[in-house]
Amino acid sequence: MQAIVSIRNLSKTYAGGFRALKNVSLDIQRGEIIALLGPNGAGKTTLISTICGIVNPSEGEVLVDGKDIIKDFRATRALIGLVPQELTTEAFETVFGTVSFSRGLFGKAPNPAYIEKILKDLSLWDKRDNRIRTLSGGMKRRLLIAKALSHEPSILFLDEPTAGVDVELRKDMWKVVSALRESGVTIILTTHYIEEAEAIADRIGVMTKGELILVEDKAALMHKLGKKQLILDLKHTLETLPATLNEHDLQLSEDGLHLTYTYDTQGERTGITTLLDDLRREGIGFRDLQTTQSSLEEIFVKLVEESR
Amino acid sequence: MNWYAIKAIYHFEMARTRRTLMQSIFAPVISTSLYFVVFGAAIGGRIQQVDGVSYGAFIVPGLIMLSLLTNSISNASFGIYFPKFTGTIYELLSAPISMIEVVMGYVGAAATKSLILGAIILATAGLFVPLEIAHPFIMLFFLVLTAVSFSLFGFIIGVWADNFEKLQLIPLLIVTPLVFLGGSFYSASMLSPFWQTVTMFNPVLYLVSGFRWSFYEIADVSIGVSLTMILLFLTACMAVVWWIFKTGYHIKN
Repeated sequence: MQAIVSIRNLSKTYAGGFRALKNVSLDIQRGEIIALLGPNGAGKTTLISTICGIVNPSEGEVLVDGKDIIKDFRATRALIGLVPQELTTEAFETVFGTVSFSRGLFGKAPNPAYIEKILKDLSLWDKRDNRIRTLSGGMKRRLLIAKALSHEPSILFLDEPTAGVDVELRKDMWKVVSALRESGVTIILTTHYIEEAEAIADRIGVMTKGELILVEDKAALMHKLGKKQLILDLKHTLETLPATLNEHDLQLSEDGLHLTYTYDTQGERTGITTLLDDLRREGIGFRDLQTTQSSLEEIFVKLVEESR
Repeated sequence: MNWYAIKAIYHFEMARTRRTLMQSIFAPVISTSLYFVVFGAAIGGRIQQVDGVSYGAFIVPGLIMLSLLTNSISNASFGIYFPKFTGTIYELLSAPISMIEVVMGYVGAAATKSLILGAIILATAGLFVPLEIAHPFIMLFFLVLTAVSFSLFGFIIGVWADNFEKLQLIPLLIVTPLVFLGGSFYSASMLSPFWQTVTMFNPVLYLVSGFRWSFYEIADVSIGVSLTMILLFLTACMAVVWWIFKTGYHIKN
């Protein structure tokens, strides 16, 4: 299936000489949610801005639905909606007015019924006649989404959509994003909140220093790079590990009451059965056991640190 | 051509005028009325006719030009500067709209506002002095051409400015003196030969002179020269706007 967004060897060097993007290539599939993670200054916003036409690329090409974003800018931009990172809105315009303005900018005939639907979906209908300056931060964020959706785009870029919003609103926003995906919209979001990517993304891209260092299916990424650990709560304190257990990757806690076994999730065998047999042979009993898996956050931190 | 986008920008800008009616329309009308009271009634009564026209009537074209120029510049410069200042310019840059269409929206709205203002000032002037317009179509042509040219000039200033001080710099320090010294309140023939020569370097003189000719058939320079000068100015502004689009100067990285 043809990618809806295809980025090839994209680089961006700003006038001051700062290289914000270095040879980035990425295919984004129709209907997926891809989250771009990265520390500040990683190039996430520059990448989005370049695809949307706000920043001129220095090298490389971007195709949207098979069309070049520069040569066919009208066709490609008509497919894209952008929710910027900053709460950049007019202060004195009304909610309905500004969403209608956005629709017009994107070359669509007025459609009050559609605008009404978006505003209702985003719980902004009651505020339709309010001036934007009277809205709360969360409402302004939703308004930016409404503006981005006003022209019925098939690709939506969300640049830090939940930056600075409270937990409840963040979760509401995730519901909105999930509902959009259900309706067939392809979503590309950048975020600092790894929890966010973990909750809603299908694929994860990790950027640092202008490079896309990894793109992976979320589940596969966590499976591949995530560590799994088995923690055993021992019945009796153990002072040292018997030599017969040395072949296992075991760690004894300082109080001698917990054994932690780290194993490879991708290996053919986890080695758990052998370990439990060996423990029984050594007469080491345990009260309880639990397994833990490293979070996306730990994977992300590890990847970024490795690239430094 | 993305007509819906042009219409959206145009309506957005016109809506801004409606929201700021006092500042956009009433303030210039009041200040122009004050000019009539001071120069027309108070001082004008002591000045003889200029080229056969009463002084009060003589200054009408100059006063309209003064408002038209300053408002065209301020409307268009503020129109494009404000999205840059607030950051909402991202919408213009990411929309399927060419820069020509952006200019048509902003300059069209700025010129429309100036023309409305010019018409109101003309009507206001009619309350103070008897008006006659010898060549109404040429007068209208001059009005439209000047409004469009100086709105384009204002658009360039709005793109160039990166703070509010710069936004006011050229209108206050260059345009206003040029308008005052461009024969708005006097005929160049009233000056000494040296200052007459200096005045010929003032582009606004050609506008005021041509515009006044359309009213009373009196002019400091011929109507053909006036038209040529305003068309040259329009061409220069269009060339600069074209260069801004080509380079993305102060708009796009």
